[in-house]
Amino acid sequence: MHMQLRLKAALLSLLMLLVLVGIWQIATAQRAAAPVATMSAEEAEYAALMGQAPPAAAAPAPDKIDGFPSPIQFARIAAGHLANPFYDRGPNDKGVGIQLAHSLLRVSMGFLLAMLVAIPLGFVIGMSPLLYRAIDPFIQVLKPISPLAWMPIALYTIKDSSVSGIFVIFICSIWPMLINTAFGVAGVRRDWLNVARTLEVSRLRLAFLVILPAAAPTIITGMRISMGIAWLVIVAAEMLIGGNGIGYFLWNEWNNLSLANVLFAVLMIGLVGMALDLMFAALQRKVTYVE
Amino acid sequence: MSNNISTSRPFVQVDGLAKTYRAGQPPVFEHVDFTIARGEFICIIGHSGCGKSTILNVLAGLERASAGTVIMDGREVAGPGLDRGVVFQSHALLPWLTVEGNIAFAVKSRHPGWSAAQVSAHGARFIDMVGLTSAARKKPVELSGGMKQRVGIARAFAVEPKMLLLDEPFGALDALTRGVIQDELLAICAATRQTVFMITHDVDEAILLADRIFLMSNGPQARIAEIVTNTLPRSRTRATIHHDPQFYPLRNHLVDFLLRRSKNVQQAGINATDLTLFTTDLEPT
Repeated sequence: MHMQLRLKAALLSLLMLLVLVGIWQIATAQRAAAPVATMSAEEAEYAALMGQAPPAAAAPAPDKIDGFPSPIQFARIAAGHLANPFYDRGPNDKGVGIQLAHSLLRVSMGFLLAMLVAIPLGFVIGMSPLLYRAIDPFIQVLKPISPLAWMPIALYTIKDSSVSGIFVIFICSIWPMLINTAFGVAGVRRDWLNVARTLEVSRLRLAFLVILPAAAPTIITGMRISMGIAWLVIVAAEMLIGGNGIGYFLWNEWNNLSLANVLFAVLMIGLVGMALDLMFAALQRKVTYVE
Repeated sequence: MSNNISTSRPFVQVDGLAKTYRAGQPPVFEHVDFTIARGEFICIIGHSGCGKSTILNVLAGLERASAGTVIMDGREVAGPGLDRGVVFQSHALLPWLTVEGNIAFAVKSRHPGWSAAQVSAHGARFIDMVGLTSAARKKPVELSGGMKQRVGIARAFAVEPKMLLLDEPFGALDALTRGVIQDELLAICAATRQTVFMITHDVDEAILLADRIFLMSNGPQARIAEIVTNTLPRSRTRATIHHDPQFYPLRNHLVDFLLRRSKNVQQAGINATDLTLFTTDLEPT
């Protein structure tokens, strides 16, 4: 029964994909046919004067795509990128694998730094109602700030643009982790703490063997939310700071007016984001317990 | 049993215990005095809100009394400790650990220097004691309510405390399961000479398990109104206890207390020292 449902859902997903690709194909096929038909004699002559071959004789180059690509053209571009993802021909021509690796490195560094701050701090404020109340106003003010709003401050103080990118990831990942850790730690069942108290468990064992496993599902949820936001933000941050990374690649291809490459970058951002989320979902399943 | 009780210095001595939750409000209970002898099984009965659980928590060190002292084995009880094992009503097992893991957590707390093999061997003995060896690797969620409570009991016994505190441990169990675990508890306590202080709502349970039964009047301003000594022989079992000629008179006495006298004592507002033919060992309150 369950298998059948999954199979049906997979088939339906496939059907939806086919419909979408079909619409895409129809939309791009009509537009591709249009320019040749509408070119007037004057335009053809102008093209000839500009040193361009007359359109009738022009067999379009296979990798030269004007405007929005058709699904076939897109597939060809994507296959090209995927066949050689790690080439490096100078600052403006790197394989998409290298660009993604740069982005992932920035995200993981910023995320790791945020973890190192948010989880211990979350523990402390989760266990101390006094500190919770004292720190709460800061969290409430800092949390809603768009991570990119920090960019000028980061660029001015840090100077290095790549490190500023890491800082932006750090500042946007910290809040969900901090709040969820504090919430999870504060919500550990009293009975479990009482058991630990009657067993004279030391503070360190209490933190690692009772509170951490009890709060782990909530903490991992916070990490999952943080990672989602970090992946959203890195693309935007890299568009600003430039240099490398998938966000820079995307913006660079937009400047090249290569919509096929833009589309490919968008798809890769989605796929990598999904993979990151699945990773945290697996981690979450590992630490979840049923009462 | 009785010669234990008559020793000069009681094992547990409670004096003038009172608890007030909010200033200006009458105390939930006050003037609570009692002693417990080593190896004695005490049941405390009273209506909801009389502060039984609070008294147990004070004995456990999890809560502070507003007045009064608790002295156990010559030392004042000031906080929770390994010398008192607690079985919680909600069993309070750590759900991410297996049965073994839960017991091992307690054993390691008691004996930090032990090797893993020692901890597991010691734990296995207590898992076996409550008949859960086959379920040792299961998580609490895979166990029935009765099995969970058995694990809770095994965990409390595994630290080998001087006194065991049970907060209505069988309240959430069905009658059949409850009976089986009562028999087990009786056998284990008889074998280990464990001192036990237990809250119950079940008069039959109290008669089966307890050497003495503390009856609390209604709260607020509750107190221990009567201390009834169980005159049934200690060899009693669940299967035969109701054939003992003393069973029904004792049972009626307890039920009468819960239905009528517990209220009267509260209204009278004084210590009712209602001596009956069952109270061969009534303490001054």
